[in-house]
Amino acid sequence: MSDTDDDLRDLYQDMILDHSKHPRNFHVIDPAHCQAVGHNPLCGDKLVLFLTVGEDGRIADAAFQGTGCAISVASASMMTDMLKGKTALEAKRLWAYFEALCKSNAAESAHLDEDDVARLQALAGVRHYPVRVKCATLAWRTLESALDPSAIKQVGTE
Amino acid sequence: MPTLTLKNHFPVLDQKIHGHPLVYLDSGASAQKPRAVLEAMTRFYEMDYANIHRGVHDLSMRATDKYDAARETVRRFINAAHDDEIIFTSSATDSLNLVAASWGHANLKQGDEVVLTQLEHHANIVPWQLLREQIGFSLRVVPIQANGDVLLNDVRQAINEKTKIVSIAHVSNALGTILPVEEIITYAHSKGVPVLLDGSQAISHMPVDVQKLDADFYVFSGHKLYGPTGIGVLYGKREILKGMPPYRGGGDMIASVSFEKTTFQEPPMRFEAGTPPIAQAVGLAAAIDYVCAIGMDKIAAHEDALLTYATQKIGAIEGVRLIGTAPRKAGILSFVMDCAHPHDIGTILDRHGIAIRAGHHCAQPAMEALSLVATARASLGLYNDESDIDALASGLLHVREIFG
Repeated sequence: MSDTDDDLRDLYQDMILDHSKHPRNFHVIDPAHCQAVGHNPLCGDKLVLFLTVGEDGRIADAAFQGTGCAISVASASMMTDMLKGKTALEAKRLWAYFEALCKSNAAESAHLDEDDVARLQALAGVRHYPVRVKCATLAWRTLESALDPSAIKQVGTE
Repeated sequence: MPTLTLKNHFPVLDQKIHGHPLVYLDSGASAQKPRAVLEAMTRFYEMDYANIHRGVHDLSMRATDKYDAARETVRRFINAAHDDEIIFTSSATDSLNLVAASWGHANLKQGDEVVLTQLEHHANIVPWQLLREQIGFSLRVVPIQANGDVLLNDVRQAINEKTKIVSIAHVSNALGTILPVEEIITYAHSKGVPVLLDGSQAISHMPVDVQKLDADFYVFSGHKLYGPTGIGVLYGKREILKGMPPYRGGGDMIASVSFEKTTFQEPPMRFEAGTPPIAQAVGLAAAIDYVCAIGMDKIAAHEDALLTYATQKIGAIEGVRLIGTAPRKAGILSFVMDCAHPHDIGTILDRHGIAIRAGHHCAQPAMEALSLVATARASLGLYNDESDIDALASGLLHVREIFG
């Protein structure tokens, strides 16, 4: 039991449990400058992401709505916190880092904010649970779609 | 009390997952295979394998005999009147697509209605929708109760002069509800409406007699009945099958072919184009022999007792809500927890070596009717016993510890 408990605590760290039970930025932004829907057809989970962009071109506000497991909700909660004040390019760099981190702990984190890196590393325990990676990345894939003006704003994880 | 102890017949169950003995509670998704099935298939490939209905050589004749014998085994198992009423398909999904495409095309027109229930598996919804796009008939959906039950009266109200077929689950894969199929069939027939039963989730849990039920079609898969994947069964009454056009074209389903005109075989060959799942049919027959040697009545009694035990034990855990509490159920315990999403429950149980399914169970309309996105589902097989349920209960306590 104790090995099993340690294993699981590595995935369900306190910060992740806290974000999943008390998600930040869990509301609608209306009107939003960018909006996209992400869903996980495997489990029916769904989230809607809202962004506003300031005159300086930086993300002014980010929020989300939806239902999901602890991992996907915590990921969306942490992501929307991190996005505020970032440019689209900075946001994409964070996603590229997190995507790499979900495959290998040797992902390159130069030029990224230390706090952001620490938070993403906590979530990257999901690496050891391959079927759950799509839960952790759902919010980020939805972000990718929200930031791409040409894309149809509907993404799945399959 | 549950009485059977059969784990040692199933080689795959004898292993550890993440350091814990495997507790397999996902037979509703696919059942494990007894050694008897694995050996029958290996022996067939090693000794008797060839294509069927083609060769004059000895191996082909032996393979043909085994394939035909498998059809007879299935006939006997569900007590069909004739072995030409048993069609081998690639899956229960394929069987449902066959009926929709062949029978549906020949019998449905604009303005007609097909009656389904809200708890159908997607495989008994989508083939009808695909056909609806071509033809333009309507689907009439019978609602489910909050406890997951389907009421005979609601089915009666859904049937009218436009109804051409009732196509419903025998047992719900998401909730375990046993539908009142005998009464539904009697009523539908009194209105001249044929009935298809999707028996995928029933066939391994209870004796099925298609003549006693008077079902017009009955479908199930091999892999949920302790047999191999890649094979499904479609039972259809002889006179109905005879009137149905081919589903797929190819070898083995024709009487003669020329570029001007091709004539088709009688059922079942008409619906078995191409090389069929030969070894899978042999494996399915071995699986049927296996469950029959135990006795379907005994299996049903064992699983009923175990489901009662599980319902009490898991239902008593604080924060657990059972989903699907119809008075008549088989093999399925669906639940949610107030503290954790089904996916998180599934991950934590997996680390305890416990395999369950988490999600919508390919029954999204049923989930929506119950205002849910997903449930955790423990589903029983003949090899499960009380120790598996006890392990599940202790795993769920750990979920509460982490999320509580």
